[in-house]
Amino acid sequence: MNEAVTIPMAHGLLLATFLFLIGLLGVMVRRNIIFILMSLEIMLNACGLAFVVVGARWGQPDGQIMFMLILSIAAAEVTVGLGLLLQVHRRMQTLDIDTANRMRG
Amino acid sequence: MANLVILIPLMPLLGFLILVCSLGRLPKWLVGLVGTGSIAVSLLFVTLVAVEYFSTNTPVLVPVYTWLQVAGLTAQVSFLIDGLSLTMLFVITGIGLLIHIYSTLFMWDERDYSRFFSYMNLFVFAMLILVMADNLLLLFVGWEGVGLCSYLLVGFWYKVPANGAAARKAFVVTRVGDTAMMLGMLLLFLELGTLDIQPLAALAALTWPAGDTTLTIACLLLLGGAVGKSAQLPLQTWLPDAMAGPTPVSALIHAATMVTAGVYLIARTHELFVLSPAALLVVALVGAITLLMAAFAALVQTDIKRILAYSTISQIGYMFLALGVGAWSSAIFHLMTHAFFKALLFLAAGAVVYSLHHEHNILRMGGLRRHLPVAFWSFVIGSAALAALPLTAGFYSKDEILAATYLQNPYGVWLLAAGLLGALITAIYSFRLVFIVFFGQLKTVPSAPAGPLMAVPLVILCALALGGGWIVLPLANVLPANPANHDEGLLLWVISSVPILGLLIAALTYLRPVIPRHLFTESRLGGLLVRFWFKHWAMDWIFDHLFVRPYTAVTQWNRSDFIDSIYDVLAETVWLVHDFSTTTQNGQLRTYVFVMVTGLVILTAVVLGSAST
Repeated sequence: MNEAVTIPMAHGLLLATFLFLIGLLGVMVRRNIIFILMSLEIMLNACGLAFVVVGARWGQPDGQIMFMLILSIAAAEVTVGLGLLLQVHRRMQTLDIDTANRMRG
Repeated sequence: MANLVILIPLMPLLGFLILVCSLGRLPKWLVGLVGTGSIAVSLLFVTLVAVEYFSTNTPVLVPVYTWLQVAGLTAQVSFLIDGLSLTMLFVITGIGLLIHIYSTLFMWDERDYSRFFSYMNLFVFAMLILVMADNLLLLFVGWEGVGLCSYLLVGFWYKVPANGAAARKAFVVTRVGDTAMMLGMLLLFLELGTLDIQPLAALAALTWPAGDTTLTIACLLLLGGAVGKSAQLPLQTWLPDAMAGPTPVSALIHAATMVTAGVYLIARTHELFVLSPAALLVVALVGAITLLMAAFAALVQTDIKRILAYSTISQIGYMFLALGVGAWSSAIFHLMTHAFFKALLFLAAGAVVYSLHHEHNILRMGGLRRHLPVAFWSFVIGSAALAALPLTAGFYSKDEILAATYLQNPYGVWLLAAGLLGALITAIYSFRLVFIVFFGQLKTVPSAPAGPLMAVPLVILCALALGGGWIVLPLANVLPANPANHDEGLLLWVISSVPILGLLIAALTYLRPVIPRHLFTESRLGGLLVRFWFKHWAMDWIFDHLFVRPYTAVTQWNRSDFIDSIYDVLAETVWLVHDFSTTTQNGQLRTYVFVMVTGLVILTAVVLGSAST
């Protein structure tokens, strides 16, 4: 591997952190369930990016394998999430997450 | 024999179970048959056991099973058959059978006919356990059982609040005595390590010298139980109120059997009492004082059943007096004759009340002698026996007691004087009752006299009250003999003439007004005394002011129960935490995430901070 063209690990991790915070902020402030799901995807991908960057730093394939695992988990999560989204929409005719607080304990 | 002994208490229990499980759906004749039949079969078994006992004349111990075995205490359910328990068994099942037969007619109009007989059968069962038990613990089970049945039966007509109050009073006041008895049993167990009566007596004689303080305390605690159950000073206040129950109940429980349980208890544990002269003296004093107090109270009562209740207290006082002076078998003898004539008097009073539509006030009765001949003659015979006129059953037993009292040292003369004064007043009040109710002018017209089912028990009891004095009790190998009496001659004359004097006074006062009674009752002091006696020496008033009112005052003041407040603080803390945690569960997903992330950030900061230092 050529040392000169590699991106420093710190940059990659910084990017991953920013992506994660953007996603987290989205989950916290958005009320539309679709956007919450999208924000979740961003957070997952931020994690995946962190794995890949760290794997590249040590020259190991493990980070990329972990990313593939995260991708499949994200796919499963989206399936469930969209299913829930459809149910919420069918029952409440809205996608506002705050209206779904009727199950309060 | 062993099987027969076990069957004796099982029969009334079976009757009780049948009546309870039928939920009052049996026809009345069948209820009466089951209720009285169980007692009759029990009496039959008692007779068979007695026949077998008298062929050998040795006490028999019948173990049934080990009830509990804990911390060195082995409590057997086992029955002891000896002269004393056989005597009691005959009294309980014999008198019990007569009273049950009587009740079948007396209670016929009751809606709760079945309930009545089930309670009565349960009572007989508990009473049989009490007298057959060979250890104090099993005896205590029967003791509490009869207390429970007494409560249930006094409050039988529970729709009248006063009856419920009387039942509670009977239960609570006897509980005071029961607590003392329980403490006495605990003390005996701690000191001697057993509660079986026969080893207990032998161990006590080995462990303690005569007059030992611990032994005296144990005896006095047992006496506490006895005075509670037997309505003696200072716990006698419940018995007059217990007359709120049906008359057969008063006859069976509050005259013939349960109230004499205290006498039985002391006779059963006489080996302990013999070792403690001080406790014996207390027993005699309690008996003497109670018999006088109750006799004076009986003199001025107007309720026919209350007169009999006070006379019961007074007669049990004689039994305690007999126990206290060491005349053990005389006490049991008087217990038996008293069961005869007092059951007779109560049942006769029941017959009068029955015919007069539940009129209890003797001042509204009069001239009933021609209308109710059976009740009249029953009353005459019962009162004669109660007053201990010569040749009646009561005479023989009371004569023995008074003769033995005279020999007690050093207070014999005083105790005898109390006994004789009591006997005089007994004669006066019992014949006052007869003269007021059955002589003079007719005041309330009675309905038809009671039927044969009520008359037959009365006639049998009349025969027993007259001839019961000739029965020789098989107590020689159970209880020590009476103190020997040497100068009986003069004493016997005095003892037999006192009741006749009482009868004369009563006749001259109430039948032919020769003695000016009104001079006494209308004078200021006399009126006060009469009111004082009517209220039984103001004992209820004293107890009310000494115990009940301070207690209710304390409960009023401590209405919210300050010990509870400790637990209330605990409960309120839990509520606060609960309220706080419910507000966090508001269902707002975004809040959850926010709180989670905040927590995560703080945790990370803490971990990093602690790692860097």
